[in-house]
Amino acid sequence: MSWLLEPLAYQFMQRGLLASVIVGILCAVMGTYVVLRGMAFLGDAMAHAILPGIAIAYLFHGDLLVGAGVAAVVIALSIGFFSREGTVKEDTAIGILFAAALSLGVALISSMQTYAVDLSHILFGNVLGVSTSDLWLIAGLSFAILLTVGIFFKQFLVISFDPVLAATLRLPAELLRNLMLVLLALTVVVSLQTVGVSLAAAMLVTPAATAYLLTRRLWPMMLVSALIGALSSVIGLYLSYYLNIVSGSSIVLTATVFFLLSFLWKRMKST
Amino acid sequence: MTHTPHRLEIEKVSIGYGEKIVMRDLSFQVPHGARVAVVGPNGAGKSTLFKALVGILPLHSGRVLIHGELLGAHKDCVAYIPQREDVDWRFPVTVNDVVMMGRFGKIGWLNRPTKADKQIVWKSIEQMGIADLADHSIGQLSGGQQQRAFLARAIAQEPHILLMDEPFTGVDVTTQEVTLNLLDHLRNQHVTTIISTHDLNLAASRFDLVLLLNHRLIAYGTPQKVFVKENLTQAFGNSLLVMENGMMLVDECCPPDEEHILHHAEVK
Repeated sequence: MSWLLEPLAYQFMQRGLLASVIVGILCAVMGTYVVLRGMAFLGDAMAHAILPGIAIAYLFHGDLLVGAGVAAVVIALSIGFFSREGTVKEDTAIGILFAAALSLGVALISSMQTYAVDLSHILFGNVLGVSTSDLWLIAGLSFAILLTVGIFFKQFLVISFDPVLAATLRLPAELLRNLMLVLLALTVVVSLQTVGVSLAAAMLVTPAATAYLLTRRLWPMMLVSALIGALSSVIGLYLSYYLNIVSGSSIVLTATVFFLLSFLWKRMKST
Repeated sequence: MTHTPHRLEIEKVSIGYGEKIVMRDLSFQVPHGARVAVVGPNGAGKSTLFKALVGILPLHSGRVLIHGELLGAHKDCVAYIPQREDVDWRFPVTVNDVVMMGRFGKIGWLNRPTKADKQIVWKSIEQMGIADLADHSIGQLSGGQQQRAFLARAIAQEPHILLMDEPFTGVDVTTQEVTLNLLDHLRNQHVTTIISTHDLNLAASRFDLVLLLNHRLIAYGTPQKVFVKENLTQAFGNSLLVMENGMMLVDECCPPDEEHILHHAEVK
């Protein structure tokens, strides 16, 4: 059992593990909406679109998470704004904003001297660099997001499954949709530190897609997705420790293995 | 608002998508508990009218009053059975989940379903004859069973007005029968039902009132009054064939539905 405990002798590993598990669960839960509402592209775009926020925060020595958070909310609401009443199709609006924000982010970062290292941390995460205060912020934000999902579970279910029913029930669908976008944006921000912007999208989609194959109700789908997200984080972090590979990659690859297994299981079952 | 005998009033309503008006200057009144068939050629604006009544499509002009109050003043008093294409059948929900959604308007934002809600849901499911399917995914059901699940949801909603878009098209005989029985049951509950259909026979035999549309009101009243040669000619134009013995035929099968036509119009 010593191989299990050995990495935990380091405090930074303990913090890293906790942060990864929290983020794994959070992404997996929000990911169910991403998968069911066909927002995978949006999740990916959102992750990259927060880059300028981080860069600006970095340049002014501000808190990176705050910078990312502001950028994410701005992007989320802009997508809602441009695609409102169908002026521009939603995926077109996402595509334009995503590319613009990513370019702005890279432009800003390229002006820095420690460009290469910083960019790789931002893109792929730096789970072992999670400080105690980072951990608190991650835990606090995650709790708030999950609580909001719990509170609006019914409403999110209706606007996702049947927008027409949402209209007849007089639900403020536009408001709920924006709220969901903001929650998604915050989720990406929280996962920045552990898996980085380029892999956050994978953590949003892969565990939820796996759970979709294994369950047939929304609530169990969320639970299974969360379980897979947490397991992938733990296994991935250990792999990263022993194989000496980037933690974000090993976490995402572990989740991918779960997906492949459940995909094969589903195929075998249906034949 | 008991002084008004009419519970649904449509006053000079025009509806359209963007600049294109699909329904012009429509006025009619439906007494409480009546059963109305909405008929007219394809693309006449039947679905458009429904969407406006549900509140998904804003009115261009005019107003809709329910119980004497503007549309939207009442929560959840209008239920709508959507057309099949409007639903994501791969969504992970069971029949029971779908029907429970009908209660969400009554449950309130932050509360959980009570025992009473669950009972109402179960009764609605039983009434539609799909009790044995309650725990099945909605996607596993046949088309007719899916429609019955949505009918169960509409009953669970306890609406005053129920709108159904083509519930008799493309479903099995059992579902047609269950739907017709449901209409009788709803009549006893004084629920107003407004149903679009292509089945003129059904409209003539099983409905109190017929609303004949073709981008505007052609005729409205009892089937005997509405289904006369002048009205039908106005509504259906060349697709109406009048036989020598006075019989009239309408061939109205399966052209594209009005939304598609509209999209083409917008693209141009």
